[in-house]
Amino acid sequence: MAEPVLMLALSPTMEEGTITRWHKKEGEAIAQGDLLCEVETDKAAMEYESVNQGTLLAILVPAGGRAAVGAPIAVVGKPGEDVGAFWARAQESAAAPAASAAPAPTGPKGATPAVRADAVSRAGAVSPPSSGLRRIKASPLARRLARERRLDLGRIAGSGPGGRVVKHDLAATRTLPSGGVKPGLLPGAAAPKGEAAPLLQDQRIPLSGKRKVIAQRLAESKFSAPHYYLKIDVDAGRFLEARERLNARLGEEARISVNALLLKIAAEALKRHPIVNSGWRGDHILAYARADIGLAVAQEDGLITPVVRDCGAKGVLAIERELGELIARARVNRLKPEEYTGATFTITNLGSYGILSFTAIINPPGSAILAVGRIRRVPVAEEGDRLAVRPQMILTLSCDHRVVDGAVGAAFLKDLKALIEDPIDALYTLNL
Amino acid sequence: MASFDYDLVVLGAGPGGYVAAIRAAQLGLKAAVVEKDRPGGVCLNIGCIPSKALIHDAELVRSAAELGELGAKVDLSSLDYAKAYARSRKAADTLSKGVVYLLKKNKIELVAGEGTIRSPHEIAVKGGRTLTGKNLLIATGSRPRAIPGFEFDEKTILSSNGALMLQKLPRRVGILGGGAIGVEFAHVMNAFGVEVHLVEMLEQLLPLEDAEAVEVLARSFKKRGIALYTGTKASGYTRSGSALKLALEGKEGGKELEVDQILVVVGRAPNTEGIGLESIGLKTERGFIPVGDYGQTAVAGVYAIGDVVATPMLAHVASKEGEIAAEHMAGRKPHPRLDLNAVPGAVYCEPQLASFGYTEKKAREAGLSFDKASLPYRAAGKSVAVGKTEGLVKILVDKETREILGAHVVGAEATELVHELLLAKSAELLPEDVATMIHAHPTLSEAVMEAARLVEGWAIAI
Repeated sequence: MAEPVLMLALSPTMEEGTITRWHKKEGEAIAQGDLLCEVETDKAAMEYESVNQGTLLAILVPAGGRAAVGAPIAVVGKPGEDVGAFWARAQESAAAPAASAAPAPTGPKGATPAVRADAVSRAGAVSPPSSGLRRIKASPLARRLARERRLDLGRIAGSGPGGRVVKHDLAATRTLPSGGVKPGLLPGAAAPKGEAAPLLQDQRIPLSGKRKVIAQRLAESKFSAPHYYLKIDVDAGRFLEARERLNARLGEEARISVNALLLKIAAEALKRHPIVNSGWRGDHILAYARADIGLAVAQEDGLITPVVRDCGAKGVLAIERELGELIARARVNRLKPEEYTGATFTITNLGSYGILSFTAIINPPGSAILAVGRIRRVPVAEEGDRLAVRPQMILTLSCDHRVVDGAVGAAFLKDLKALIEDPIDALYTLNL
Repeated sequence: MASFDYDLVVLGAGPGGYVAAIRAAQLGLKAAVVEKDRPGGVCLNIGCIPSKALIHDAELVRSAAELGELGAKVDLSSLDYAKAYARSRKAADTLSKGVVYLLKKNKIELVAGEGTIRSPHEIAVKGGRTLTGKNLLIATGSRPRAIPGFEFDEKTILSSNGALMLQKLPRRVGILGGGAIGVEFAHVMNAFGVEVHLVEMLEQLLPLEDAEAVEVLARSFKKRGIALYTGTKASGYTRSGSALKLALEGKEGGKELEVDQILVVVGRAPNTEGIGLESIGLKTERGFIPVGDYGQTAVAGVYAIGDVVATPMLAHVASKEGEIAAEHMAGRKPHPRLDLNAVPGAVYCEPQLASFGYTEKKAREAGLSFDKASLPYRAAGKSVAVGKTEGLVKILVDKETREILGAHVVGAEATELVHELLLAKSAELLPEDVATMIHAHPTLSEAVMEAARLVEGWAIAI
């Protein structure tokens, strides 16, 4: 059965895109991952890789046309299927661009296309919730709760006097079986708060564009790059001391974070092991000229890896400032695509959560990612089996075996350990 | 399909049964009501209504003292309680006749006699015919609960029934039970000059009400000479001539009171025995009949409402349950079950006390995160003008959603004032809706508005 191809959020902030060029023609077969078209947002031009499979039956939005995220731009199906209904919907959603920003239908591959089509028609046909186009009867409490939980009152059937939506109906939107009233989650709604009415049934959470990208990229990395993991414990005593001394020297001017210092030292280690700073390209390996290091940053609704370019050439203070600025904007979803893509190496640090050690999934196009655990004071046996209490941290390196062999990864990690345990060497070249 | 005389046969013509019958008739069902006593049940005949008549008279007597402040000499020496009793009976009779009229108007047959359930579709009237109904509704109500050692004789050991039928008040009375009924009798008897000793086993009068509101009432009671014994158990009594020696056990040890009569008002027991439940295999739990959301019992076609089911034993709850059951029988889909947090409770002494929803203690126990505000009556100018400054309006509100969780009003007209907040609660208005609505000045209702403002953090009058 025919199904719509929807405009996807190709960047976290994208709300609308202009199709600049179609790479497929009507009647052409497309596979998942095929380059379908090019889309331009207000920030950048991006490639739209197909998540659908089949024959491209119709292009609803021609080159030069605009479409909101979630709106249908084409129809995919079996040759000969009728696409008339999709044209009607495309027109509706063009007429109500605000409404068409509703969550893109995101059923799993097996979901019936009818549901997807229905979702599109709802997105197109239902008037926007708070546009004032029609009065919604709801109790003041229901309005307040709907606002807090980001529920769309316009999509909830009211059971109160005169069809008024009351508190009870909001709880019911989650517990009704599908086919009844649909949960009226607004676009981009955060997961409902924990203290809300108890969830009596499983809940369908629509995928955000970002969630889709995360799922796709990480699955692709994990399933195509053969991962292996190296673990090493590092004495962080001198590393912390170096950071303190740096900060003492900087005074009020700035505070170097553990992560900034790790980026700098990692860049030094990468200089000595350029193959770890490379990427698999199918028919060749690309050794990057610069160490563009990404740092994984948690967001409310996902994660993102802002990238500090050319860490090898920058002083630790420059790295700190750049990183601080990027993280601040990453937290509020204000990074441009070029600021979070193309990391040649990535660091992820869960130490602040108390995590001792963990293994991370490689962030393409890099071939390795460093997972940093918390620094903790542990008893260690020193020379002569003397016990001492030292600050230690565990580093775990995930490597793509297609690029980085075990011994190569191990040598890199050994040097990284040495630089952290005695950072003088690294700091000497820091251009502080 | 078998044919029945009626669509609905109701057992009991109290505020649950007669309301259910009328609602059923409105919905096109043919209904009959079997009543062994007088129509209207306990509420009209020997409960709410005659007691309110007496409370009104008690207030008149108390107001006489106020006239004295205006220089009038009011001679109460000829005050005759028998006259008050007669007035209370007249009110009861009028309303009981009103029920007969309403049943007739709705073409509902009222069958006098003691009915017993014979089958899921049959009620046999003692010494008379057997009525068959497609549905049966059990609405037999409740009776005063006795406690061992204080068996009612209605002469010296009185139930609320006996107390309401007194034509002469005792000189001294011991009231066992500090619930709504005990508190109301204490108020009336005190106003008519009886020496009142009010005994409650739990630590607080009106144990289910909010402690802060009850404190206002307890203070008022003490001020006018009602002796309160909370956390105190009555262990027995002995006769000594015409007087009774009532033995109490409190935290500070034993105590003996000399009284002339003892009134036992420790609660009510459901009337579920001797009505034929066993003939249809209906079991009770602690005396109550288990029911579903619409009053359906375990036996198809048989419903139960009011004091025989385990919801609060209040006339207005019975009436509402009667409506719901009747609508369900008629194939309507009534709003299921009562929201127990929106059921008002009212105590009609002076100061009055009325409430719904969570008390502060219960909200705390439930782990709710809430804001509270208690506004003294004095903040409303009207209360000062009419000399009714004793009282407060207390509101509990969910900290996040601002949903009204409960309200407690104590003071003059509290039982009327509470309804503004209860409407807000049931219509899901927020405190700000009450706070911003213009209230007439000067009224006691302004205290309600100010309390809503106070809980939102912008009270103007205090």
